Amino acid sequence: MSGTFNDVIQIIYLAAASCFILGLHLMNNPATARRGNQVSIAGMIAAILATGAIVIHDGLITTTGWIVLLAGIGVGSGLGLYTARTVKMTAMPQLVSVFNAVGGGAAALVGIRDYSTLGSHVAAATSVTTLLDVIIGSVTFSGSVIAAGKLQGIITTAPVTFPGARIVNMLLAAVTLGFGGYMIASPSLAALGVVIAAALVFGVSMVMPIGGADMPVVISLLNAFTGTAVAMAGFVIHNTGLIIAGALVGASGGILTKLMADAMNRSIGNIMIGGFGSGDTAAAIAGPAGAGVQSIAADDAAIQLAYAAKVIIVPGYGLAAAQAQHEVAALADLLEARGVDVSYAIHPVAGRMPGHMNVLLAEANVPYPLLKEMDEVNPEFARTDVALVIGANDVTNPAARRPGTAISGMPILDVDQAKSIIVIKRSMGHGYAGIDNELYANPKTSMFFADAKKGLAELTASVKTLVG
Amino acid sequence: MTLLTDFIIFVLSLWVGFEVISKVPATLHTPLMSAANSIHGIVLAGAILIAASANSLIGYILAFLAAAFAAMNVVGGYVVTGRMLKMFKRRTVPASAQAPAVNAGQNGGKSA
Repeated sequence: MSGTFNDVIQIIYLAAASCFILGLHLMNNPATARRGNQVSIAGMIAAILATGAIVIHDGLITTTGWIVLLAGIGVGSGLGLYTARTVKMTAMPQLVSVFNAVGGGAAALVGIRDYSTLGSHVAAATSVTTLLDVIIGSVTFSGSVIAAGKLQGIITTAPVTFPGARIVNMLLAAVTLGFGGYMIASPSLAALGVVIAAALVFGVSMVMPIGGADMPVVISLLNAFTGTAVAMAGFVIHNTGLIIAGALVGASGGILTKLMADAMNRSIGNIMIGGFGSGDTAAAIAGPAGAGVQSIAADDAAIQLAYAAKVIIVPGYGLAAAQAQHEVAALADLLEARGVDVSYAIHPVAGRMPGHMNVLLAEANVPYPLLKEMDEVNPEFARTDVALVIGANDVTNPAARRPGTAISGMPILDVDQAKSIIVIKRSMGHGYAGIDNELYANPKTSMFFADAKKGLAELTASVKTLVG
Repeated sequence: MTLLTDFIIFVLSLWVGFEVISKVPATLHTPLMSAANSIHGIVLAGAILIAASANSLIGYILAFLAAAFAAMNVVGGYVVTGRMLKMFKRRTVPASAQAPAVNAGQNGGKSA
């Protein structure tokens, strides 16, 4: 690359990076977000075409190289297009994990390829970034694959730990870094192999002990890792486009990780050590039991809802697990048609990834202005006639306000401030924290024991028949 | 370009990223993460460059895998982000599709 040509390429990369930043900026409002995505796509196409131009200009690529490249792009694009078009919105966290895995994997491959061509005459500064690229990329790849497996239910969602797991992890980290140092000091492909293997195993052992409920944090963290790996790949091949884009993603993942950890009132370190979330099947203790808990029939609940002035719906992961988004939207529409003021209170960790519940409700045609964030909606509960809690548990537990419980200090939705509370729940089973929800014993609370989907359908039917 | 220049670009981009992303409302966090996902698909540029220098079997295999991974990342990411964003509507009635003036950039939501 020389002179003017190189300058033009660099300017195109700069324009592409600007498009990425502008695209992310336009996502600060749902009304402009789609345009943001299009701007980002335009930047990406420019960057890829510019890179193609470099390859043609240099003229070093072999015919086999072209075939391999185009075949790879063809296969990858096909797979990406197919999965993106067919994926269910409930499976979005898995898909994001898979994209994290392939992104991190590609970044690691760039580093591996670069290192294997360098030979013995390597500047230490170059190989440090190569090493970081390979390590972070490999950890992201295997960690994301495990995370996707857990989210899909292929791998148990329960935390998998064994005595001494932490020591094994530390040993793996030591091996990775030790051989990494060796790999820089005296370049060898064998050392590279050991580093890759140790990093891959480390990724697995890092994610395995983490429970299902902590997945929003893990996905965000792996997203940050992928971004960093891509930025490192940019250092390796001296490509500004990769560095800027990788840094943007790293920042995004970092912010989301922090937000999610805060919303669960847990430090990132605490989550990574794992063993907290007990998994999806929070032991369904049979039957409507428990002292001081009153249950309610569909008709009575329907009357309360139909004659309320203001209703706030509090959806949790249980709603998504039961695929009841459409049923809840149908009930809300019916109530709105009767003049009831309906909105939704969304806790930051209501789904399996940041903002997941919002997407699920948007899919059920719930207008986004009705989706209220925790800080925005909490003052409204005192003015609310009925709070309808569906599949949300720990995030509504007033015990979080007192010290000394498993969830103390966790930001919660102030559901107990509402004049009356209806909880749709299959049983008195515990949430992930494994403690009783004091909300259920509140005299203002009525429990409607039902599966979310069936329960909501019953409520809708009752509202229709009772108040027409 | 020197390592130091690369590093300066990296750190400044991190700051820009923090600034821009902390303004994204929680309701869009999933599409945001998916959009960020697509952006790291730019590693496809890296895959193209390693394909350009490949001349051995191992090199070709690495280039193929990298290109396939990165292409899946970039194409899938953008398509699914678009699919999600399409679902976010103010109201199902098209009449109100015209959104009221957006005070872009200044509408808070600043966190962290």
